[in-house]
Amino acid sequence: MATTSPGALRRLQDWLPRLVLAPSFALVLVFVYGFIVWTAVLSMSTSRILPVYKWAGFDAYERLFAQPNWWMALKNLAIFGSLYIIVCIALGLFLAILLDQRIRIEGVLRPIYLYPMALSFVVTGTAWKWFLNPGMGFQNTVRGWGWESFTFDWLVRPDMAIYTVAIAGIWQASGFVMAMFLAGLRGIDSEMLKAATVDGASTFTIYRRIVIPLLRPAFLSAVIVLAHMAIKSYDLVIALTGGGPGNATELPSTFMYSYTFTRSQMAVGSASAMIMLMGIAAIMVPYLYSELREEKR
Amino acid sequence: MAFIEIERLERSIGAHNILKGIDVSLDKGGFLVLLGPSGCGKSTLLNAIAGLQPPTAGDIRIDGDSVVGLHPSKRDIAMVFQSYALYPNMTVGQNIGFPLEMAGIPKAQREADIATVARTLQIGHLLDRRPAQLSGGQRQRVAMARALVRKPRLFLFDEPLSNLDAKLRVEVRAEIKRLHQQTGATIIYVTHDQIEAMTLATQIVVMKEGEIQQTGTPAEIYNRPANMFVADFMGSPPMNMLPGQVAEDGAHLIPEAAPDTPLPLPAPLAPGRKVVLGIRPENIGDDPTGAVPLRLDLPVEIVEPTGSDVFLWLRLGSALLTARLPGNAQPPVGAPYPVAFDMTRAVVFDADSRQRIA
Ligand SMILES: Nc1ncnc2c1ncn2[C@@H]1O[C@H](COP(=O)(O)OP(=O)(O)O)[C@@H](O)[C@H]1O
Ligand SMILES: [Mg+2]
Repeated sequence: MATTSPGALRRLQDWLPRLVLAPSFALVLVFVYGFIVWTAVLSMSTSRILPVYKWAGFDAYERLFAQPNWWMALKNLAIFGSLYIIVCIALGLFLAILLDQRIRIEGVLRPIYLYPMALSFVVTGTAWKWFLNPGMGFQNTVRGWGWESFTFDWLVRPDMAIYTVAIAGIWQASGFVMAMFLAGLRGIDSEMLKAATVDGASTFTIYRRIVIPLLRPAFLSAVIVLAHMAIKSYDLVIALTGGGPGNATELPSTFMYSYTFTRSQMAVGSASAMIMLMGIAAIMVPYLYSELREEKR
Repeated sequence: MAFIEIERLERSIGAHNILKGIDVSLDKGGFLVLLGPSGCGKSTLLNAIAGLQPPTAGDIRIDGDSVVGLHPSKRDIAMVFQSYALYPNMTVGQNIGFPLEMAGIPKAQREADIATVARTLQIGHLLDRRPAQLSGGQRQRVAMARALVRKPRLFLFDEPLSNLDAKLRVEVRAEIKRLHQQTGATIIYVTHDQIEAMTLATQIVVMKEGEIQQTGTPAEIYNRPANMFVADFMGSPPMNMLPGQVAEDGAHLIPEAAPDTPLPLPAPLAPGRKVVLGIRPENIGDDPTGAVPLRLDLPVEIVEPTGSDVFLWLRLGSALLTARLPGNAQPPVGAPYPVAFDMTRAVVFDADSRQRIA
């Protein structure tokens, strides 16, 4: 065959993957990195309702941090994020350890715990909105059973509403965290646990001294995944509380959306988006760096 | 009363009987090897002794007291595992000290004990490393150190050498033997390697499918195997097996493979009985002294030099027999070779029950 010499074939083999990947690469380049740059530019401009390319330096950032609403969003993120990460990990680890006791119904339980993760945040938010609504959900049901004075109205209390967001978020993600820990637990050599038992360690000591230290990579992954999900949380809040009552459940993401698209403060909104990006980068970059370094070794 | 006594021990999971009534006894200072093919229940038996998997029936007594129901840590035993089972998040020193720490021994005493055992096993320079930074042989030593440091009344080893390469395996094997001789420890050791069993044991228990086939000293197991399974399992290359019938005179075997070559039996048997004659390769070969009465000229099919020995595959009718010659022998392939059969060392099994009858 004269037309497809081995050289030409090899060149085609070299180029084919690049050719196939090129469109998606171009799309990512424009729609992810292009828009990041565009947002950065807007955050340094005087844009209000529409993009305007007039340089304003860090004016929008100054105005952002002068907003009590933004501070509210940051405070809420701190509460929501820390509860979300800590409780999800604690609960996920607890469930994983329970499931790891080789109980028979594990095949039934595991998908039940994992199922919430398959739901969209909007569904979770809406379901929990109904469930926590004092007039029709949990409170009403308990009162119907005869406990007339029972009150659970966190959803409509400005000081407690952010905790309902945390509850719904934790409900959704802890099964997923459990799966990560369970995979880690299953990877532990059973002879090691036998050795520790013969060495005289109690079950509690085995977990504290050997198993949990070995789950370090799973902890790290869980923190990373949960932290960036917490920062990006948007649909859950919108569906559950709409950011309210008042601005009681405002998060940076809802803040960014309302300032950019409904309050005609595009520069301030973009500035908040840049702050969120920096927050996520502060978590992801060290993680990716350490992962890549691990791989090279 | 023996130091370790195991009586009618059974373990089943569901309808599956893994151990079917095991009886073992071992004196203090003895080295018992549980030998058998993979999946025969050796680890299950060892785990039952350790208390990691409770037996469904039967009794285990150590030093006169039943330990069934006692937590593993209360049995005063130490165990070495096939995967070494070191704790990857601790240093070598912490690994060795872990059982002492769990026993509540003060730090100063622990450090002294760790240093002593590390010197015995020559791993003193590794104490600050982590298991991931060690070679297979070093890990194996650390695992042994972690068992030795406790000075338990019984050591359990579950295939401790099977993850080592051949050369290291021989070295560590010798080291285990030396440790046993020096310390007089009581050891129960699991392996599927018959050479390991022969070299280490004072007593071998051969198992198959959850049942004991034979218990005895290495020499008894090797020379007087209780049945065809044990005979075949011990020795490499394995024992030659010739099925046939006892001749009219009761003193000869008519081999199925070569009916016109009757072979003398080691003991008289009932004429016409169906039996299997077993003879090891080292009992077929050169006979410089001329003391062996039976000599046959058999054609050589294959010659396998191993350096120290030369193994010959000889044709006898439709059967192939393995013979062993000294390493310097140079037998011609294809031509007949004169070999002497030392029939006094041969054994005879019943063809149906497969048990040894002579
Ligand atoms: N947890 C278990 N469930 C069911 N069968 C098992 C279990 N553990 C071991 N077995 C079975 O018990 C038999 C003996 O296993 P084991 O004691 O590990 O054998 P060995 O150590 O001699 O290779 C095997 O046939 C194995 O399939
Ligand atoms: Mg085993």
